[in-house]
Amino acid sequence: MLAPSLAIIAFVVVFPLVYSFYLSFTSYTLLKPVANWNNFANYQRLLQDPIFGQAFVNTLLFMFVTVNAAFLLGLFLSQAIARTIRGQSVLRTLLMVPMMFAPVMVGFQFRWFFNDQVGLVNNVLTSLGLLNGSIPWLVDRWLAMFSIGVAMVWMNAPVVAIILLAGTLSISPELYEAADVDGANSWQKFRSITYPLLGPFITIALTILSLDVARGYDIVSIMTGGGPAHRTELLWTYVPRVAIQESKFGLGAAMSFVTVIVTVAFTLYLFRQLLKSRIL
Amino acid sequence: MRRSSRRRLSSALLDLLVWLILIAMLVPAFWLVFTSVRNPVEVNAKPPVWIPRELTLEGFKPLFGQATEATGAIPFDRYFLNSIVVALVSTAIAVALGTMAGYVFARYRFRGKNTLFLGIMLSRAVPGIALSLPLFLLFARISQAGPVKLIDTQLGLIIVYVAVNVPFTIWLMDGFFREIPAELSEAAQLDGCTEWQTFTLINLPLALPGLAASAIFAFLAAWNEFQIAGVLTRTVNSKTAPVGLFDFTGQFTIDWRGMAAMATVMMIPAIAFVFVVQRNLVRGLTFGAVK
Repeated sequence: MLAPSLAIIAFVVVFPLVYSFYLSFTSYTLLKPVANWNNFANYQRLLQDPIFGQAFVNTLLFMFVTVNAAFLLGLFLSQAIARTIRGQSVLRTLLMVPMMFAPVMVGFQFRWFFNDQVGLVNNVLTSLGLLNGSIPWLVDRWLAMFSIGVAMVWMNAPVVAIILLAGTLSISPELYEAADVDGANSWQKFRSITYPLLGPFITIALTILSLDVARGYDIVSIMTGGGPAHRTELLWTYVPRVAIQESKFGLGAAMSFVTVIVTVAFTLYLFRQLLKSRIL
Repeated sequence: MRRSSRRRLSSALLDLLVWLILIAMLVPAFWLVFTSVRNPVEVNAKPPVWIPRELTLEGFKPLFGQATEATGAIPFDRYFLNSIVVALVSTAIAVALGTMAGYVFARYRFRGKNTLFLGIMLSRAVPGIALSLPLFLLFARISQAGPVKLIDTQLGLIIVYVAVNVPFTIWLMDGFFREIPAELSEAAQLDGCTEWQTFTLINLPLALPGLAASAIFAFLAAWNEFQIAGVLTRTVNSKTAPVGLFDFTGQFTIDWRGMAAMATVMMIPAIAFVFVVQRNLVRGLTFGAVK
């Protein structure tokens, strides 16, 4: 009963990974598809490539900031919604809306919002009288990273909120009543009841976030494509640029391997936490 | 007395803040739908026009075979059909395989179980960028060699999406099967059920909410996937709707209204799917956690 699942994962994930691992030690290109072994030449070149270094740092920074921001916003929303009495189900339904957007469309939508000429953000700031001229949201390095981050958080925070809301609602109300008797304020109640009991839910939410963080590719590639001039280059945009547009497949494979290791290490850490919280 | 009224005020302010955040979060969704029914003059208007002044369905015309100057007709029906076939078939297979595997993980003890479980989950964490290129080479070679064509076919995408969605299904279903008391299975086997019967007749019906939750996730992931589909599809034979959105982009211009119209139509099946099984979604995500 386990075999079909393992077989298809082996075929679609494991085998291609092994194949590209092998190619990462060769001078394979799409124009000259011959796998000549060249030892660690690709890995050496990758270490000397300043753009790769920048993309690497950008990716780590981006994953760290967006996962945390999405988590904090989701946590805040879940706590705020959990204590509302009226309209809770409406709020919960509204939370589901971003989940239905295709990430591609999130990319297009936010690219338009942050467009410096016609975009909604500059347009609104101008008509509010806050802005004279235009802010180059998708051109400046940090502004562009910020804009992409906003799109990522918009897409991911609701999932966190939904999971943590379910977790919060499952906590027995008696605990809070007892805390009220003891005269605890809301912060103390959150700190000593809600947060510890949310533990497993937080791990689930973070795990789903980290599994989905690579979906950021769709958003980044549409909003800036890693440009202008490599300013917002992430590993996800730089690997296809090297492998397909510059046709250096072996080098691209080496770079994608570094990407896999970073992402998997990130997820592995979270999963360890998750496995601790279940009995296997 | 004064303390409680101050508390009420701060609680009302918090409510207001939450509503403001949620409304701000809804802007992209409403903007998308509004853009699809706008007069083109309004799409990039300065200052922005929030609520469309007049409604027009012109933007939807290219989707239904009526050419416009900007884009020509978009073979939307083909994209949509590809998306539906690929998403439904891959969801059905992924849920079937993942449920069986999840049952094994929940019910049986064997050596290396934790490692295997972890390995399966990590396969889901492999970024698409590391998979799409070698998959393309692999599928191209298989297509050249034999009768089975995997490039630019629905079959190729279905195989990929099954593999992508199986790990998450296993995770969810494992949690659900754990919730079902093992005593039920033991009793059934005492009464003469085979192991397969215990699975299909006893455990499966009780895990239906989990199946629903897994199905939503698998469906949405397949329905919205772009990265791998962008590499593996070429023509109307297999292009899915997210890839088809790019038909609205020219070299320097984007037909925002046409794109918004297509995205609006794309959201309908997703919305229907999520709303039908919404309750199970929340339960499904958090089931393993409440012990």
